[in-house]
Amino acid sequence: MTEKMIDFQTDPSRYRHWRVEYDGPVATLYMDVDEDGGLFEGYQLKLNSYDLGVDIELSDIIQRMRFEHPEVKVVVMRSGKDNVFCAGANIRMLGGAAHSHKVNFCKFTNETRNTYEAAEADSGQKYIAAIKGSCAGGGYELALACNYIMLTDDSTSSVALPEVPLLAVLPGTGGLTRVTDKRQMRRDRADVFCAMEEGIRGKRAKEWKLVDEVVPNSRFDETVAERAREFAAASPRPDDATGIALTPLKREIGADAVTYSTVEVELDRKGRKATITVKGPEGDAPGDMEAFVAQGAEAWMLRAARELDDAILHLRLNEMELGLWVIRTEGDPAQVVAHEALLLANRDHWLANEVLQLWKRMLKRVDVTSRSLVALVEHGSCFAGALAELLFAVDRSYMMEDEFEGDNRPMATVTLSESNFGQYPMGNGLSRIATRFIGDEASVEAARATIGEVLEAEAADELGLVTYILDDIDWEDEIRIFMEERASFSPDALTGMEANLRFAGPETMETRIFGRLTAWQNWIFNRPNAVGPDGALQRYGSGVRGDYNLERV
Amino acid sequence: MLDVINVSYDTQIPNNVGLSSDKKVLKALEKWHPGYIDWWNKLIPQNFQESLVYLRTAVSVDPKGWAKFDYVKMPEYRWGVLLAPQVEDRRIPCGEHAGEPAWQEVPGEYRNMLKRLIVIQGDTEPASVEQQRLLALMAPSLYDMRNLFQVNVEEGRHLWAMVYLLHKYFGRDGREEADDLLRRQSGSEEAPRMLGAFNEETPDWLSFFMFTYFTDRDGKMQLESLAQSGFDPLSRTCRFMLTEEAHHMFVGETGVGRTIQRTCEVMKENGIEDPCDTDRIRALGVIDLPLIQKKLNLHYTLSLDLFGQEVSTNAANAFNAGIKGRYQEIRLTDDHKLTGDTYTVWDIVDGKVVQKEVPALTAINMRLRDDYTRDAAGGVGRWNKIIEKAGIDFELKLPHEAFHRKIGVFADKLIDPEGRFITGAEYDEGMKEWLPSHADGDYIQSLMKPVYEPGKYASWIAPPKVGIDNKPGDFEYVKLHMA
Ligand SMILES: [Fe+2]
Ligand SMILES: [Fe+2]
Repeated sequence: MTEKMIDFQTDPSRYRHWRVEYDGPVATLYMDVDEDGGLFEGYQLKLNSYDLGVDIELSDIIQRMRFEHPEVKVVVMRSGKDNVFCAGANIRMLGGAAHSHKVNFCKFTNETRNTYEAAEADSGQKYIAAIKGSCAGGGYELALACNYIMLTDDSTSSVALPEVPLLAVLPGTGGLTRVTDKRQMRRDRADVFCAMEEGIRGKRAKEWKLVDEVVPNSRFDETVAERAREFAAASPRPDDATGIALTPLKREIGADAVTYSTVEVELDRKGRKATITVKGPEGDAPGDMEAFVAQGAEAWMLRAARELDDAILHLRLNEMELGLWVIRTEGDPAQVVAHEALLLANRDHWLANEVLQLWKRMLKRVDVTSRSLVALVEHGSCFAGALAELLFAVDRSYMMEDEFEGDNRPMATVTLSESNFGQYPMGNGLSRIATRFIGDEASVEAARATIGEVLEAEAADELGLVTYILDDIDWEDEIRIFMEERASFSPDALTGMEANLRFAGPETMETRIFGRLTAWQNWIFNRPNAVGPDGALQRYGSGVRGDYNLERV
Repeated sequence: MLDVINVSYDTQIPNNVGLSSDKKVLKALEKWHPGYIDWWNKLIPQNFQESLVYLRTAVSVDPKGWAKFDYVKMPEYRWGVLLAPQVEDRRIPCGEHAGEPAWQEVPGEYRNMLKRLIVIQGDTEPASVEQQRLLALMAPSLYDMRNLFQVNVEEGRHLWAMVYLLHKYFGRDGREEADDLLRRQSGSEEAPRMLGAFNEETPDWLSFFMFTYFTDRDGKMQLESLAQSGFDPLSRTCRFMLTEEAHHMFVGETGVGRTIQRTCEVMKENGIEDPCDTDRIRALGVIDLPLIQKKLNLHYTLSLDLFGQEVSTNAANAFNAGIKGRYQEIRLTDDHKLTGDTYTVWDIVDGKVVQKEVPALTAINMRLRDDYTRDAAGGVGRWNKIIEKAGIDFELKLPHEAFHRKIGVFADKLIDPEGRFITGAEYDEGMKEWLPSHADGDYIQSLMKPVYEPGKYASWIAPPKVGIDNKPGDFEYVKLHMA
């Protein structure tokens, strides 16, 4: 199922499954999935069920909503079909998909849900789910990620998480986590709810905290509109801002390379690694936000984040055997700091905020990527501010020490900015540095004291900002041996090890989704009770039930 | 008037389920009953509620008791809870449990599936009464009015039957569902009935006859398949309901037949040979045969939609679980499991309507629909006999199942009644011939003048050959209360 290249770039002219109506501060987002518009052959997207293609469009819409429509304060998500809100992920697609595709699909859909869920806190854009018709499984998970859920009381419409009884899998797109952590449903009731096929409707849905409001059917549209207006009035977003266009990325996909304007990805299939090089700004930072707005999607901070984001998604889905990502940078660290500084100084400007939030999301994608990540801090690199954050996202980092023979690039350095101390938190709510030095406040403070200083290898090593510093004599060999060794380990064990080590510190709803929920789901996705020839997923639709191995593991 | 507070459930509610000693169900029914009576009282115009109607009441399931005729005011009708007698050592007839003893209690693993099926069936019963609530105001005779009310009270009893199952076997959830059966209303914006066809109004008597012929027959087929359920109480309930359903279809078939009869007679009396000479025929106050064909097309295709998608997971699950069988399952001679079997269904391939083989399990709906079509063709043949006997050159036909569909692979496709793909222009043009227009509706409506005199009939319909309960032609089937 992954032969075909999956492209995460799209635009409104190409949407097949969603449409948006803009009306001043309120946008209405209609899910109206084209049955015959599946990303792959072999299934039809009936009853507003979705596959990765549907989610790629949704992801594009919420991104554009933030950048192109700053005037939108409330987004109403509803169905364009009668009698059904959304039936969830398409079962035949799941039944036919390779394990790896299922895992990647779930990860991306989770990231998309997290993105619009956070839109209210991050930028005052609030999502309302307006549910008419049945809303089951992934459909209810779409609603759960909204900030407010309204359900019509027509004695038929219901919300449900029927995965366990019906499909022998979990509501894995945040469902199990959000009913308890976000909706604060009592766990015994959640147990009842998640074990029933038919779901809950009407007043009990409200009583059990599954929805925020149950509305008489005849007054549904009116009440949704009223709520949207109220929320819009309460939003801190500006009234008068004009958006910027997210123009198509400049991207060339070759046989062994993917080239963007600021990002270069080299594919080494034999060595099973991808080398991602981020190039720093070509020129000076814009003088003020007005100049930044004028640059729009061309501004380096925005362009680099969008390109890196696309590169990560491209590699995740289309290059699954490249198990090691080598992350490099090239450029002037002072310029990176300067470009970032403009945004940090203007955090309350809507666009500055959006760009910083995009960096936050993109860096979170790095955190949950199932690849071994290594950063090479070479001469001529620019690991500064936002780019230095990459150093703390990777599993290991190697830094060049002293001069290398025949290498006249500027000396390898690391530069921290204030952003490294909370601007781009991880899913656990902490900065990457705080997570790195969990329980060791002194090291965090020592690092903080160097903000703005250009740190060469020895200083960076002393502060614990890199794993190893290596001189000319050792560099090449050490790196080669590390890479060869990494390539020899089991990809599964590495994924598990890395995902555990990356997230020291407290649990949050987000880490529970990516850690606990997805890990269990991925385990179930490998078990015969779900995916075996006689498992529930395979048999779904045949009329014959799954034949379960009854041993509890 | 029924005293709702002090109902004696053994005398006022005929039943063979030991209602008076079943504390749990009694408690639930006592709560539900007032809402039901309220629903009924608000539904049908007051003067009809006060009228005495010559109705058949089922007081027990033995041959002597299931058809007691007498005058009764509808709100005082004795809606009973009657199950067909238990068959000794009945077995689950199909699916993975085929051959095991039939369930007398709800199997936990199929509880939801069963509940859903019962609720969907239950939802259609009161829905049709709602759809037909104003028809008595334009009844073509007291005989027809009585038949309408008979159908109505029996649909009410069918609702009781489903509510009994919900109360008896589904605990709190079942009680809530039973309440919601009264909360939903046909055509309501607030809480519509579950199936689309049951939210359309029945605007005139020809529609009513077509509805009872075609749509009640869908109900019959659903009941037939539930009568084969491995859940014995459901099977027994449905078996008894089928005896009543047969009368509803009789009302439909003879109603359409008498309409055709009258049209043919009037054409002959006036020397009209061409059945399509619409203007002349309509000037004589009868319904032309082409219009009857259009109504047939409409109601038949709407009813086909009630069978759902061509390939259905729910139907497959229900069959395999032994919850719902095929039409006359126990008379079929295969292994009753269908593993590996295929069934031929219609589909669209490369822009053509073609037949293809699919796993038989997932085609359960289609198989039932094919049985339905065969069943429905019978009456059409008898209608054609009437036309033939009159010597008029016209034949009524069931359209192709791909025509005018809203559900399944043919939904909203441009296909003619022969099952051929056609252009948009051809479709628009053809629709004038194929489905009733608003003008046709106006014409039928203009005929809908009430006739309340015993033994008299409206201009457009012939009297029945035999009376109900063998009563003479001028029998007063309804003693109207005129306030
Ligand atoms: Fe019925
Ligand atoms: Fe009926």
